[in-house]
Amino acid sequence: MTVVRSPLGQPLDRVDGVSKVTGQARYAAEFTEPGLLHGCVLGSRIARGRILAIDAEDAMDVAGVHLVLSHRNRPRMAADDESYEDADAAEGSPFRPLYDERILYSGQPVALVVADTPELARYAASLVHVEYEEEAHETDLCGLLEHAHAAPAKLPPARGDADAALAGSALCIEVEYLSPVEHHNPLEPHASTVLVQPDGSLLIHDKTQGTQNSQSYICQVFGLDPKRVRVCAAFVGGAFGSGLRPQYQLTLAVMAALKLGRSVRVALSRPQMFTFGYRPRTVQRLRLGAAANGRLQGLSHLAIGQTSRFEDFTEHVVEWSGMLYQCDNVHLDYRLVPLDVHTPLDMRAPGAALGLYALECAMDELACAVAIDPLQLRLLNYADANQNEGKPFSSKALRDCYRQGAERFGWSRRPLEPRSLRDGHELIGWGMAGGVWEALQMPASAKASLGGDGILRVSSATTDIGTGTYTAMTQVAAAEFGLPVERVAFRLGDSSLPTAPLQGGSATVSSVGTAVQQACVALKSKLFDIARQRPGSAFAGLTLEQVCFAEGRLSRRDDPDQAIELSDLIGSGAPLEARVDAKPDPRREAFSSATHSAVFVEVRVDEALGRVRVSRVVSAVAAGRVVNPKTTRSQILGGVVWGIGMALQEETLIDHRLGRYMNHDLAEYHVPVHADIGEIEVLFVEEEDLVVNALGSKGVGEIGIVGVAAAVANAVYHATGRRVRELPITLDKLL
Amino acid sequence: MSPFAYRKPAALDEALALAGPGARFIAGGTNLLDLMKQDVLRPKLLIDITGLPLRGIAPTGDGGLLIGALVSNAELARHPEVLRRYPLLSRAILAGASPQLRNMASTGGNLLQRTRCYYFYDTATPCNKREPGSGCAARDGLNRIHAILGASEHCVATHPSDMCVALAALEAKVVVAGPEGERRIPFADFHRLPGDTPHQDNNLEDGELITAVELPPTGFASHCAYLKVRDRASYAFALVSVAALLELDGGLIREARIAVGGVAHKPWRDSEAEVALIGQPPVEASFHAAADILLRDAQPLAHNGFKIELARRCIVRALSDAIGGGRP
Repeated sequence: MTVVRSPLGQPLDRVDGVSKVTGQARYAAEFTEPGLLHGCVLGSRIARGRILAIDAEDAMDVAGVHLVLSHRNRPRMAADDESYEDADAAEGSPFRPLYDERILYSGQPVALVVADTPELARYAASLVHVEYEEEAHETDLCGLLEHAHAAPAKLPPARGDADAALAGSALCIEVEYLSPVEHHNPLEPHASTVLVQPDGSLLIHDKTQGTQNSQSYICQVFGLDPKRVRVCAAFVGGAFGSGLRPQYQLTLAVMAALKLGRSVRVALSRPQMFTFGYRPRTVQRLRLGAAANGRLQGLSHLAIGQTSRFEDFTEHVVEWSGMLYQCDNVHLDYRLVPLDVHTPLDMRAPGAALGLYALECAMDELACAVAIDPLQLRLLNYADANQNEGKPFSSKALRDCYRQGAERFGWSRRPLEPRSLRDGHELIGWGMAGGVWEALQMPASAKASLGGDGILRVSSATTDIGTGTYTAMTQVAAAEFGLPVERVAFRLGDSSLPTAPLQGGSATVSSVGTAVQQACVALKSKLFDIARQRPGSAFAGLTLEQVCFAEGRLSRRDDPDQAIELSDLIGSGAPLEARVDAKPDPRREAFSSATHSAVFVEVRVDEALGRVRVSRVVSAVAAGRVVNPKTTRSQILGGVVWGIGMALQEETLIDHRLGRYMNHDLAEYHVPVHADIGEIEVLFVEEEDLVVNALGSKGVGEIGIVGVAAAVANAVYHATGRRVRELPITLDKLL
Repeated sequence: MSPFAYRKPAALDEALALAGPGARFIAGGTNLLDLMKQDVLRPKLLIDITGLPLRGIAPTGDGGLLIGALVSNAELARHPEVLRRYPLLSRAILAGASPQLRNMASTGGNLLQRTRCYYFYDTATPCNKREPGSGCAARDGLNRIHAILGASEHCVATHPSDMCVALAALEAKVVVAGPEGERRIPFADFHRLPGDTPHQDNNLEDGELITAVELPPTGFASHCAYLKVRDRASYAFALVSVAALLELDGGLIREARIAVGGVAHKPWRDSEAEVALIGQPPVEASFHAAADILLRDAQPLAHNGFKIELARRCIVRALSDAIGGGRP
């Protein structure tokens, strides 16, 4: 008998890699057909008010222009808020594109010009004259903090008496951190291609993190039969949360297709990528009280974020502060300020990227106050259970992250005093931070089928936003079936496939992976039943546990020579199929499950010029079982790079007089380039988790970025002796 | 993008004859095409000059170097004569843009880059440079990247080029052909300060075309430095950049040139600051004094005050680097 090495845990190359690098993978704006029309969106130049008039005459006079769509001539849309609520909707009244004359934010779509070519549509859009009645707007969070209201979020209950504990602490720090609006800016701008089928049904290629979310939204908004709307997203060029809600280009493209009865594509420009969701500008106030030896006595964490006037966007900003460290007196608070802006949207590690930035900077400040090593302070306050929930962790190898990360980085050689290390013009600083993200699992469905050709076909309506879902699911299915990965084909990105949750929250391997695994088990069980029921079967009277599936054969564990080819069991008939609806294991309820990390950073700061360079990063991650170390490492690398950008560069600048984002392109909205990135080392520590799911695997989509900005800021302090409590830490703040 | 006609002449005369109101010359298009897509510029006619014979790099009679207007930024930066005699120019070019852009961008086009002011690029906002008389939104708006020297109430934009900062320091000449024939414009006179005509970036007359840039014989190859400080390590425009050239004689400075980028509507030079260095020892105190003179009239806006101190430090650092920072 040959021993097949399980594909789980192997650094398999992306199964879709070749199709991507050879251009065969097609994205939402790359599907076409003869006669396809192109829409160009015209956005509002004012931040608040209403449209008085739209003069589209000049635009319509251009040959090749078919339609100038606005709230005046749009097709019928639902009139109730519920119809606009999608699977990731915030509390409130969702934005309705081209619904009426109200202007709610600068950049809001006010018209769609549809023409034969994108260039023509763009030109004609410049000829549409919109007359507005302007009203006074407010876009500055910091000027309106007093008007904040309680966020509609269920926070962990307060425990102990934080105020009293803080007042009685030997050491107490009180600090405020500010972080700016940031936009996702995936490489692929949002686009939707709506292809009207001969029977009048719609086949839509959409840039989304949830094809079924887009499908049900469109059906609700336009009163369409779900059987006549199919949404596909076979490939997504990055999304980072920007595709969690159906975006307005989808609504507009469908509107135009319905109005004209023709296929239409709407692709957003880069500046238009700044006209919907984003990471909200947030103020955070932390108070930490500790005994003289550094033990936390009390903790209070308040976050005030911006939101729109129509929805209350919430994320988990402050919860982590009640979870990461042992502390018996904790008060958490979260408030929102509505402004004349679009609603924020989940963006990589939503909430945690912000909350851990503030918490882990504050812990560094506390370590200075106590005069102990920042890593030692964290070990001293290590939480073995999640006090927010009063539950033990299903697994938590954060101590190993600290230890192995510190060892690899050389942390023990770190001098306590800031400004201790220097190399020529440059001051050198070492900083660290911890990271945490919840290990979620959502219900998900999958289908597995095996035909006479010996190929195992597995599918689920999930997406692959560049994370490696195609590859990981192929590995999960191959491992369960004992097949080489070449004999497994995984399909996703199609609303007609078995139900899957939105691809977000680092939950895809956990949720869809579990469904894929269970679908394979169900299919194996069917095959086994057929084998068992054959006359004179060598498997009669056995259970599934007593047989083995490997290399396309079914055999007895106790007598491997007793084997049968799976293709023999199926014969030439229809493929054998199994479909499952997987749910989180009820055993999870007794535990808290989370992914953890420790990040160590070295910065070099040019003392005279203020330039900061991140020369070295070690990120140690505990995420349970790693399905694919290659794609998983890539996830962490991407997160670390983004964290460096968050710390030093990223900021969407808004002109509050105009209520408008102004650096809306990739020349002026800075993200790291290759030259900004030094060495990054990623470690995965061993972590066995028998509870989180059958795979024992936690997600890694978010954890890579969590804590990085804090580690960089702490390193900058260690280098320069200066605390910059406002992101990004641009050089002017260090002069 | 507005519809436009396109012509590709094969001879200079033909190109000049096509010029007129609404027409624009295009070479690499690395800036012009963006501006057209954003509806900032709406030329009726594009005159593609890439078919003209302006690609040579040749010595001049007086020992200088004549660079054809169509020589790409990439080629110019790697040219052996430029590396040997004008390393400052090579370094400044390589500090800008990306390899892809430098492959496309031309020598003449680099001089004609438009500002990166946010408001100039967004047609929903006022901008005197884009729409004369509409106002300047940057002066009281987001102006962290804007000018501290030579600005006016009408415009606080900066010139974005790195190459031009080096050319200003080297005292190149811009060779121009036009209806009236050929003329040579000293680099210092090529770009303008905004004054009350910020829509005019330079002193080219209507219908004139840059055909070459002429470098003088002296390249200060032994003591030069280009320092660029920006918000990331590459692919960003300068907050402040400094081209520093020194000629030393017996331990004292015989000649000094300082051109500063990112601080004004044109590369900024100040003869008083440079004269003050003559006869001084090449030490930080001398450099500080020169920097103080150069920045004496600097005016901060709400968000760019840091540039004054940053420019001071950059000037000192660049001059210090120039002492040992010549040809390798």
